[in-house]
Amino acid sequence: MLSIKNLHARVEDKEILKGLNLEVKAGEVHAIMGPNGAGKSSLASVLAGRENYEVTEGSVTLDGKDILEMAPEERAREGVFLAFQYPIEIPGVSNINFLKTALNEIRTHRGLDPMTAKEFLQKSKEKQALVEFDAKLVNRSLNEGFSGGEKKRNEIFQLAMLEPKLAILDETDSGLDIDALRIVSRGVNKLRSENNAFILITHYQRLLDYIVPDYVHVLSDGKIVKTGGKELALELEEKGYDWLK
Amino acid sequence: MENNTDTEFLESLADKEYEHGFVTNIEMDILPPGLNEDTIRFISAKKNEPQWMLEWRLKAYNAFLKMELPTWQNFKMPEMNFQGISYYAAPKNTPKYNSLDEVDPELLATFEKLGIPLNERKKLLGVKDDEADVITDEDGNVSERPLVAIDAVFDSVSVATTYKEELKKHGIIFCSISEAIQDHPELVKEYIGSVVPQTDNIFAALNSAVFSDGSFVYIPKGVRCPMELSTYFRINAENTGQFERTLIIADEGAYVSYLEGCTAPQRDEHQLHAAIVEIVAHKDAEVKYSTVQNWYPGDKDGLGGVYNFVTKRGICKGANSIISWTQVETGSAITWKYPSVILQGDNSYGEFYSVAVAKGKQIADTGTKMIHIGKNTRSRIISKGISAGNGQNSYRGLVSIGAKADNARNFTQCDSMLIGDRCGAHTFPYIDAKNPTATLEHEATTSKIGEDQIFYLNARGIDTEKAVEMIVNGFAKEVLNKLPMEFAVEAQKLLAVSLEGSVG
Repeated sequence: MLSIKNLHARVEDKEILKGLNLEVKAGEVHAIMGPNGAGKSSLASVLAGRENYEVTEGSVTLDGKDILEMAPEERAREGVFLAFQYPIEIPGVSNINFLKTALNEIRTHRGLDPMTAKEFLQKSKEKQALVEFDAKLVNRSLNEGFSGGEKKRNEIFQLAMLEPKLAILDETDSGLDIDALRIVSRGVNKLRSENNAFILITHYQRLLDYIVPDYVHVLSDGKIVKTGGKELALELEEKGYDWLK
Repeated sequence: MENNTDTEFLESLADKEYEHGFVTNIEMDILPPGLNEDTIRFISAKKNEPQWMLEWRLKAYNAFLKMELPTWQNFKMPEMNFQGISYYAAPKNTPKYNSLDEVDPELLATFEKLGIPLNERKKLLGVKDDEADVITDEDGNVSERPLVAIDAVFDSVSVATTYKEELKKHGIIFCSISEAIQDHPELVKEYIGSVVPQTDNIFAALNSAVFSDGSFVYIPKGVRCPMELSTYFRINAENTGQFERTLIIADEGAYVSYLEGCTAPQRDEHQLHAAIVEIVAHKDAEVKYSTVQNWYPGDKDGLGGVYNFVTKRGICKGANSIISWTQVETGSAITWKYPSVILQGDNSYGEFYSVAVAKGKQIADTGTKMIHIGKNTRSRIISKGISAGNGQNSYRGLVSIGAKADNARNFTQCDSMLIGDRCGAHTFPYIDAKNPTATLEHEATTSKIGEDQIFYLNARGIDTEKAVEMIVNGFAKEVLNKLPMEFAVEAQKLLAVSLEGSVG
């Protein structure tokens, strides 16, 4: 599904990704771990198309399509979803209207008719229940005044609604208490399928107790330096990252 | 860097064309440019006015001659050549229509094109159900759109007023002010100039001298007006000024919601619009006045556009009365307007909700005055200024608490949004409190549309143009929510057209 080859990227003059390779197949969950400043969140930003990152070398394809040539909204419509580490507040824009607009943009791109209000509300109710999202938050302004945990849970609710091929969760576990972490993880586990794939970017092994990955990668200094199964996360927890350098 | 390309792209979007710039070809009676006593006599005679009205106009004209242009505004006052303007323009063969069938089809088509059908069977603005956003009402309720009665003013005359007969049943008078002068002289005589004196400012004096038409509303005691009342103003003729005058009187315990809309053709020269709106609310009465102002703003280089110098004021004369102003100002080259409320009755309440957009070379200097005189009077001011391109937006407000206004309260909130880095937002809040029991609160914020906000929406499949539209509408939501539904949908679209893009 996702194929990253020899990816180099920089912000202004600083090279952040230095030849990163990663293959993700449908149905897989990949965890990316690594020390601070290794380039984990930068990888997420580059995949989503954040403007201040410049790709200098390499390629990224999603089902064979070059996504680096696409604007961020086109990538989203093609099925890339980034769950933000710090979701943005947009005052006055209701969560539900925002989601309806987003979903219909994606549907139009795929040649489907926009959903009617009724169908949309039905779907919204189902997904709220699935990911245990508080109905009261649905009609509020997008992330405005949400707690940190509510914002992260809203990202998962959006993920459930938009049904992307590839979901990148950028430190979704940071700042979550144990109950919120459980809810978020349960949501993600329910959304896993043969047709989609997840990349979990995280600092902590803790998340991987709840969402069990197929592969764990260690990102260090802009490259993947080690890849293993889920047991690698435990090893990292014990030994830290220094032994890999 | 890349950011610059983005800014340019976004700013280019702000130059979207004005939608209502067409001209109607129709035979007109036009007075040659120029202003003197004869001009006023001509207008008054054309309207077959009684002597007292002519004298009232002449008095205003004499005051006008002695007055100067204001100097306190936050922009350079353009030169005003009052002799270069034609003060009367009306479609030929019109003055009065007995039924819509007699109205020139060209005129009907013009209003139809503007989304203002003068046919009572049709509803205003043709909003399609499937265009409406998901209703956030938790029970999923969609309320039916109310009927709207319309007074359509084309240049200097009112061409049609709908639902007159229906309204008459309730004792409501809704007609052009010219008709009111003929048919209800006692009411006009009593109230005209009672809220905005002839000498209030030079534009008010000019309007009082030469006003051509406008709407008149009287709601009798205890009557709740069963439909929205609306006036739609259209400037069409070249080199003319638009000087309409609206007078709304709500008697004891009455209620009315009134809407005003306007557009003008795209022309290279500036046109002056100097209107007056006066509102009187008696004891326990409530008047809601909403405006969506979309006069031609001029092109992106500042060529042409309407100079909008308007005096709007209401008086809460009786106890417990309410006057509420809501305005969405997206048009005009210059907007100079401060809809105000004189809170004379005890426990009366005044509101001002405003969204003003200044893009291209537009200037908006707008705000309100809340004059607290009675005891326990309250007022609320919510102002949202949006500046893009080279636009300059100023909020100017006065909250005045008189010596006898015990326990008066005001809440003021001024929010500014900047789009791009060549525009400006300014606030000039004045407070004049002569009573120590007053409670005054003022909040102000300034924000830029953030790249982070746009990226967040991009990352969900929404393109930048739509993202900006959503963010701006979200910013203005508190004000848009105050508008009757018809107008809210129209206003949202207008904000989108007016602001597509221009982010930094």
